[in-house]
Amino acid sequence: MGIIKRYHYQLDFYSINNQTKNKQMKNLVILGAGTAGTMMANHLHHQLKQPDWQITIIDERVEHHYQPGYLFLPFDIYSPTDIIKTIEEFIPKDVKLLKQQINKILPKDNIIELGSGDALYYDVLIIATGAKIAPEETEGMKGSEWQKSVFDFYTFEGALALRNKLRDWQGGKLVVHITEMPIKCPVAPLEFAFLADSFFKHKHLRDKVEITYVTPLSGAFTKPKATEALEHLLDEKGIMIESDFAIEQVDNENKKIIDYGGREIPFDILVTVPTNKGDALIERSGMGDDLNYVPTHKATLQSKEYANIFVLGDASNIPASKAGSVAHFEAEILTDNILRFVKGEPLKEEFDGHANCFIETGGGKALLIDFNYTHEPVEGSFPFAGIGPLRLLKESRMNHMGKLAFRWIYWNVLLKGTHIPFVSATMSEKGKHYETVQH
Amino acid sequence: MEKTIAGKTITVNEEGYLTDFNQWDEKIGEALATEANITLSPRHWEVVKYLQNEQKNQVALSIRRIGKSGLVDIKEFYQLFPNAPLKTATKIAGIPKPASCI
Ligand SMILES: Cc1cc2nc3c(=O)[nH]c(=O)nc-3n(C[C@H](O)[C@H](O)[C@H](O)COP(=O)(O)OP(=O)(O)OC[C@H]3O[C@@H](n4cnc5c(N)ncnc54)[C@H](O)[C@@H]3O)c2cc1C
Repeated sequence: MGIIKRYHYQLDFYSINNQTKNKQMKNLVILGAGTAGTMMANHLHHQLKQPDWQITIIDERVEHHYQPGYLFLPFDIYSPTDIIKTIEEFIPKDVKLLKQQINKILPKDNIIELGSGDALYYDVLIIATGAKIAPEETEGMKGSEWQKSVFDFYTFEGALALRNKLRDWQGGKLVVHITEMPIKCPVAPLEFAFLADSFFKHKHLRDKVEITYVTPLSGAFTKPKATEALEHLLDEKGIMIESDFAIEQVDNENKKIIDYGGREIPFDILVTVPTNKGDALIERSGMGDDLNYVPTHKATLQSKEYANIFVLGDASNIPASKAGSVAHFEAEILTDNILRFVKGEPLKEEFDGHANCFIETGGGKALLIDFNYTHEPVEGSFPFAGIGPLRLLKESRMNHMGKLAFRWIYWNVLLKGTHIPFVSATMSEKGKHYETVQH
Repeated sequence: MEKTIAGKTITVNEEGYLTDFNQWDEKIGEALATEANITLSPRHWEVVKYLQNEQKNQVALSIRRIGKSGLVDIKEFYQLFPNAPLKTATKIAGIPKPASCI
């Protein structure tokens, strides 16, 4: 399409620009071909077509990972082949896929600089570069015990190393820990603790394993009703909870974590969720907050600084959960807004922070929570008011089947940008037991 | 709900945070600190004022942010307001509990 040129700054910048202008073809560029970027490519290619539009999506990776599967990998519930496919098979043919590292966004010039030195001009940009772990943010976390007795399960390598460790671990102190909020899928560490409980029961080792859940929050979760339900479950499963723990360092030698207040928690295995951050590309571009998230309008998903830049998924700073389900709801609304933007129409302020998460509770059961910016998760039925079949905030086998089905839905429905029947992008209050509507 | 403190009636939420910052004054701040077993030193006041100012400028508060503020490091923040410093300090400052977590 001729939109890529060797990047010899000034001079070529104009030639890139003119070239696209002459052709009258406009460029929409998507950064990141993970959950959110892939969904946007699938939504938009029906609407913004050649010869008027060229859509390009860029990712440095070849593989698309089903990240929710990382939770199951350490317990040998899923194997690597269950959760890895190629990026390419989910990208429509008329969308150009570039396998390249993205170095920088030059938002004032509408230019993307690639790792190879090439550059790309855009009329409209979508940032979907996600979030990743940054263990180096905590003193000693990536120390001598890293992947020996200190593990993460937020990366494929981490989950796999942990699987190998758990396969023949004979028991001791297992500490499941969150470094700081926000993190992707904030319920995942709790699910890990629940699944660990079941896993060791199965292996007849439960009485040899002490499980402690350590969180910087004041309780098991961020929303009061769900916290109550989840703390009850922790208690039932004999999992201890240490709250308000703000970690200062991992002491590799004595195998303990220490917080700023001097509190110490010893471990034999530490399963930690390190600080999560947006990609360093955001920092290099001078576009992020102190965790490299892009300031984004929470109802329209437009960047707060640049009108032709939109952000969705884990890369934005909006106060919604960093979850695939959220990215799915965002993608439906963002598609509309991008079409409005290119027509010069006002954007819809529609995104309400809708999140919908299954919480695996072990023993073949799961909980389901549904919430948004203003409404916390409560009990009730989903998606059909009064009928279900899924129960909100109550453990059930049906919810567990839902969680397992989610993987199929992810590969076959979500990524392709197909609307899920009966589940709307904005949250429904029907069939839910709210006492009072909150602010 | 209503609460009488330092001879004044203030409105607080179920966790004891003021719902209207206009009701706050330094006497109330001191009384709230006493409830948290803290005696406010000039250093505490610097932090309280800093938090109020950030809140006024609609900056989302987090422990990480305060650590990078140049005013206190996280260690000192913990020494000043033990256990859960951000929650305690914002309560004394009469501003909402930070919703840093989703
Ligand atoms: C353990 C775990 C369990 C989870 N469980 C659930 C769950 O049960 N339900 C749920 O809804 N969600 C869950 N999630 C969250 C979900 O996976 C994410 O929210 C979702 O993948 C976010 O999509 P995204 O497109 O924003 O980011 P990603 O899918 O991470 O995609 C970002 C892409 O950008 C690319 N990229 C970034 N920077 C660059 C660069 N500089 N150059 C080139 N390419 C770049 C990356 O290679 C990547 O492919 C879980 C996550 C984890 C880690």
